[in-house]
Amino acid sequence: MSIEVSGINKKYGDFVALEDINVSLPTGQLTALLGPSGGGKSTLLRIIAGLDTADSGSVEIEGVNATKLPPQKRNVGFVFQHYAVFKHMTVAKNVAFGLEIRKRPKAEVKAKVAELLELVHLSQFAHRLPSQLSGGQRRRLALARALAVEPSVLLLDEPFGALDAKVRKELRDWLRRLHDEVHVTTVFVTHDQEEAMEVADEIVVINNGRIEQIGTPDQLYDEPANDFVMGFLGDVTRLGNVRLRPHDIELALSPAVTPGTPPAFAGVIERTLRLGFELRLTVDVEGQGETTQVVLSRTHARALDLGVGTKVWLRPATGAISVPVLGVASA
Amino acid sequence: MTEVLVKPAGPARTSSRPSGLFRLTPASGIGLGIALVWFSVLVLLPLAAVVGAAAAGGWGAFWNTLTDAQTFAALRLTVIEAGLVTVVNGILGTVVAWVLVRDQFFGKRILDVVIDIPFALPTIVAGLVLLSLYGPESPVGINIVNTRQGIFLALLFVTLPFVVRTVQPVLIELDADVEEAAASLGASRFTTFRRIILPSLVPAITAGSSLGFARAISEFGSLVLISGNTPYQTEVASLKILKFIEGDNQAGAAAVAVLLLLVAIVTIVILDVVSRRVARRG
Repeated sequence: MSIEVSGINKKYGDFVALEDINVSLPTGQLTALLGPSGGGKSTLLRIIAGLDTADSGSVEIEGVNATKLPPQKRNVGFVFQHYAVFKHMTVAKNVAFGLEIRKRPKAEVKAKVAELLELVHLSQFAHRLPSQLSGGQRRRLALARALAVEPSVLLLDEPFGALDAKVRKELRDWLRRLHDEVHVTTVFVTHDQEEAMEVADEIVVINNGRIEQIGTPDQLYDEPANDFVMGFLGDVTRLGNVRLRPHDIELALSPAVTPGTPPAFAGVIERTLRLGFELRLTVDVEGQGETTQVVLSRTHARALDLGVGTKVWLRPATGAISVPVLGVASA
Repeated sequence: MTEVLVKPAGPARTSSRPSGLFRLTPASGIGLGIALVWFSVLVLLPLAAVVGAAAAGGWGAFWNTLTDAQTFAALRLTVIEAGLVTVVNGILGTVVAWVLVRDQFFGKRILDVVIDIPFALPTIVAGLVLLSLYGPESPVGINIVNTRQGIFLALLFVTLPFVVRTVQPVLIELDADVEEAAASLGASRFTTFRRIILPSLVPAITAGSSLGFARAISEFGSLVLISGNTPYQTEVASLKILKFIEGDNQAGAAAVAVLLLLVAIVTIVILDVVSRRVARRG
C-alpha cells in the first residue's frame, strides 16, 4: 500500500471536518476523493501532504509512518487548487525549484526540467513568467513542478476547477494519459462526479467528514451503498418507497401484469422535456408525495404517443438498482 | 497635436477613440492639464527656481561652496548617516512588519497604532521626546546630545514607519499556498523565506527605504535639538542650509539644496533598479 490512512479525526472548533477516516491506496493507483464542497476531502488531502495535522490517527506513506513528518520530508507532490506558482520565477525556474533545493548538479536539473516541460507541453514557454500563461498552462506548470522531485505520491486539489469546460475536458484526458505514462500513485480531490468517474481507478466518496463508500466507478454506480452515494453519482428519482435511476423505470400505457414482475404505479404525465435524443418526463404518481422522473429514448416515446396528461403505469425495470427511501413507509 | 486638429475629415476621424500616443480625449486633456499645472506650481517651478538660484553665482561659486571643507563634511555626514539608517530600517522594518502580520500576541493592535507615532509627531517634538530620555537630564544616564549616535538615533526614530508600512500590506497579500508549495517541494522555512517571500517583498522594502532615505537626508526638526550642530562633527546638510541663509548666502544654501536633490534622485533610481533586478531573479 502506498498510502495508508487510519483512524484520522480532525475538528475545527466544534466543526467535525473528518471523523474516523480509514483508507488504503495501492501503489500506482489513480484515486479520486469525491464529495460535496465542505465535506472534508481537501482537509484529508492536506493531512496526507502534511500541510494540516490530524487531531488523532496516522498516515503512512510507502511504509513509513509520516504522521509526525513535516511536509518537506514526506516526498509528496502537491498541486494546489489555485496553482500556487512562484510568480517571480520563469516557468523553467519554477520546475527546477525542488531540484535546486536538493542541490542536484546543474546539468541534471536542466535535463530534468526539459524533460518535464516536454511532458506537460510547455517547452516553448520555458522562459516566460507564470503571469504570461493561461489557466490551463499554469495548472500544467504546477503539475510539472510537483513531479520534478519524483514524489512517491502525487496529490491534486481540485485539479480541474476554475477552468472552462473545454480546457477541463482536455486536462482530464491528459491527466489520465499522464498517469498511465508516469505511474505515480495519485490522489485528486473533486466535487464533480463525472470527472471522478471518467478519470479515477477508484473513488472514495466523502460527505460530512465521513467516508460513504469506496469502490471502482462501476461499483459505485451499480451498487451504491446508500441514498447519498446513489444521488451523488447520477440522477435519482423516487418510485414508491425506493430511489432509482430515471432510465431504470419502465413505462407502459396499461397496468397489464406479467407474472413475476412487481405491481405498477399509476400516474399522469405532468411535463415533458426533450434533450437531444432523450425525453424526460415528469410523472405525477398517484398517492406519492413527490413526482417521478422518467427518461425514455425519443423513438420509444414516439411509439407510445406520449404527451402531457397521458395516463401511464410505471414500474422498476428488471435488474434496476434501487435503494430504499429512508424514513418513508411503504406507499 | 495641431496637425491632427486641422486635418480635414478623413479615415483618421472614423475611429471615435484616438489611437495616437499624444491624442487625448477632451476629458483626459483637461485632467492632464490640471495635473500638470498643479504639479508645476507646487513642485517643478520651485525646484527650477532653486536650481536657478544655485546657478546664479556661476559654476565656480557652486563648486566652491560644495568643496568647502565644512560644507562637504556636513554633506558627507548626512549621506552616510542616512545610508546607515536606510540599511537598518530595511532590515528591522521588515522584521517589525513580519511580526505584525504573522504573529499573534497580546498588544498587537496597540503596537500597530504606535508604529505611526513618529510619522504623526512634528519632528521637533520627536527631538524633544528623544532628548527627555537620552538627553543631559537622562533618567537612564545616556546622553546622546551633540554626538553622531544622537543623529543616527533621531533619524531612525523619524524614519521607522516607512518600511513597516510599505511591507505590511504586501505581506498580508502573500498567498499561504505559495509557501506551502515550497515546503512540499522540500524547502526549509529559511529557504522559502529567502527564495519565495523575500523576492516578493523587495519592491516594497526598497520603496519604503527610498522614502526613509529621502526623509533622513532632509531631516531638520529633530536634529535641531539633538545634533548640537558642531561643524565637522555633527553638522548635517539641512542645518548647514539654515546657516547659509542666516549668513545671507542664498546661493550657498541653494547649492547644498541642489546637491541634496541630486542625491535623492540618484538614490531613488538606484533602489528602483535594484528592486527590479532582485524581484526578477528570485
